[in-house]
Amino acid sequence: MSERGGGRFVRKVAEKVRRAPEAGDDDLWESVQLARHAERPYTLDYITRMCSDFEEVHGDRLYGDDHAMVAGFGRFHDRPVAFIGQQKGRDTNERTFRNFGMAGPEGYRKAMRVMEIANRLGIPVVTLIDTPGAFPGASAEERGQGGAISRSIQMMWRLDVPTVAVIIGEGSSGGALGLGVADRVLMLENSTYSVISPEGASAILWRDASKARQAAQAFKPTAANCYRWGVVDAVVPEPDGGAHTDHEQAAEILDQYIYRALTDLGAMPPVERRRARRERFRKLGPLRDPEGGMGIATGRETPPPG
Amino acid sequence: MSRVGRNIHVSVDRLRQLAHRDARPRKISADAGTCPKCDSHYSADEMHRNLRVCPACGHHFAVTARERLEQLGEPGGYVELWPELRAADPLQFTDLKPYTERIADAEKSTGLGEAIVCAELEVRHVPAVAAIMDFSYMGGSMGAVVGEKLARACDHAAQKGLPLIVVAASGGARMQEGTLALMQMAKTVIALDALAEARVPVVVVLAHPTTGGVWASFASLGDITYAEPGALIAFSGPRVIEETTREVLPSDFGRAERQLENGQVDAVVDRRELAERIGRVLHILRRPELEGPGAAGSPALQWAQGGAQRAAGAVQSLPRKVMDRIRPGSPDGEDPE
Ligand SMILES: [Zn+2]
Repeated sequence: MSERGGGRFVRKVAEKVRRAPEAGDDDLWESVQLARHAERPYTLDYITRMCSDFEEVHGDRLYGDDHAMVAGFGRFHDRPVAFIGQQKGRDTNERTFRNFGMAGPEGYRKAMRVMEIANRLGIPVVTLIDTPGAFPGASAEERGQGGAISRSIQMMWRLDVPTVAVIIGEGSSGGALGLGVADRVLMLENSTYSVISPEGASAILWRDASKARQAAQAFKPTAANCYRWGVVDAVVPEPDGGAHTDHEQAAEILDQYIYRALTDLGAMPPVERRRARRERFRKLGPLRDPEGGMGIATGRETPPPG
Repeated sequence: MSRVGRNIHVSVDRLRQLAHRDARPRKISADAGTCPKCDSHYSADEMHRNLRVCPACGHHFAVTARERLEQLGEPGGYVELWPELRAADPLQFTDLKPYTERIADAEKSTGLGEAIVCAELEVRHVPAVAAIMDFSYMGGSMGAVVGEKLARACDHAAQKGLPLIVVAASGGARMQEGTLALMQMAKTVIALDALAEARVPVVVVLAHPTTGGVWASFASLGDITYAEPGALIAFSGPRVIEETTREVLPSDFGRAERQLENGQVDAVVDRRELAERIGRVLHILRRPELEGPGAAGSPALQWAQGGAQRAAGAVQSLPRKVMDRIRPGSPDGEDPE
């Protein structure tokens, strides 16, 4: 699918994905570690490389500006595209400033504000997901953290414009899903997407904070598995050794995947797109239905196409 | 004066007196009818009759989904929907125990097929669809079955033009179904829009506790949202917040009464008044049943249809003095008297 060298990586990933189900403990833990590697490209690293120009907006017009959430409008392949994503920081100061990529209600409300503008102007929405979860704080709760996330999910589902969500690093909990209800959900090869971080799961399920590795093994939150479950539509390959080794190339490959997705989606009538979006999420989650057989069960047997 | 360990019966008045003593030490008791707040003892029958609310102090105990349906519905009962759905184990998940074992244990101890019961019922003579969560089944956690049943309840209510009543009681997404449990948040939020299209309202009741992915999805999207007294309503639980931010939280953090002050719920409603309250609001929101074109349309269209006649009738019934004033050509028509 690539003219710029992405194809080689795609084939390589397809190979890895094929092996993934049998992948051992070490591979899985390595993937979890890579997903939050300190040198891994973050949301703004991708946006600044993929867009020829980007205008960031600030504030939710209700309470404040959440630095853990970046939102704005960029020029992507000479067209306007809204970009929204959690932003992590690299050094201590920046990490604190970005609140470790944990957005509060203001972040999701800023995201919704940009989604609304994009929808009104007919501009596609691309979200980049990278968060250990929404911010757990008393003040966030008081200002409606739960309702901010649910409304962000609702607004993404309601958008008439094409939408693409990409898990670029760590996609944990409802804080990740708040930006995840899109027509196409892509996932970087070494990113994770899970209901909770391994550390959180370890504390809750094993009642022991040191069982993160074991928790990761149980949750299997890798791109390959998410693809098999039908949670994501494509696995985006990373440069050899991981996205942190070459930000330029990582952004170049992601650029191609987003461009391709938006091109495909743009060809669909809006009504059809929303119907497909609804179906996409409706069928997720296998269960046992003695009357309807396994009608709801989903998941793919085959690896992602190369 | 010691009542430790004895299951004695005292008058309600006596219980009320006891309730006013503050800061009584908590006692650990095997007696399921002991109030953790005021230490009063009750027989199982008393608890049932009082809708599992402590008559002395008003403490709200947990209610099973089926008992909740009996509390909300008419004596005629309810018709349960899709009781046959059961959880699968897509991740072959094991923590301290295999997930399949947890499911089997939960079904055995609760008699429920999953953490939610859906039904058609009438609340104070208003027909509705109800989706009631049960905390006793794996902490009311939301996996694929809870998501699917809730989505089906939305579709069913929309199709029949009935309002939806959701009672949430859940610790959040079901960990054991991993990423697929997270996806149920999206599934349920999307499903709710079927009701918006059908123009029927959603009443959400937040019981103790409503947290995590359930609060951050359908439970925070009700048109009318009631909370039971003392219910914990939060995305992140107090323990997680204290561990992450080292904040010291007030004892009423996330509780219904505080969330009312925060603007997160419409009212805190005592369970003994809940059916009445839901029935009343559904009655207020009920649209007139009209026939012909526009009947299924918006309330605005319904006003137009047959509305001219009603409006004329309404004007006829205005007080004479007002009629005189608004009649065309009336000399002091504009005068406010
Ligand atoms: Zn009591």
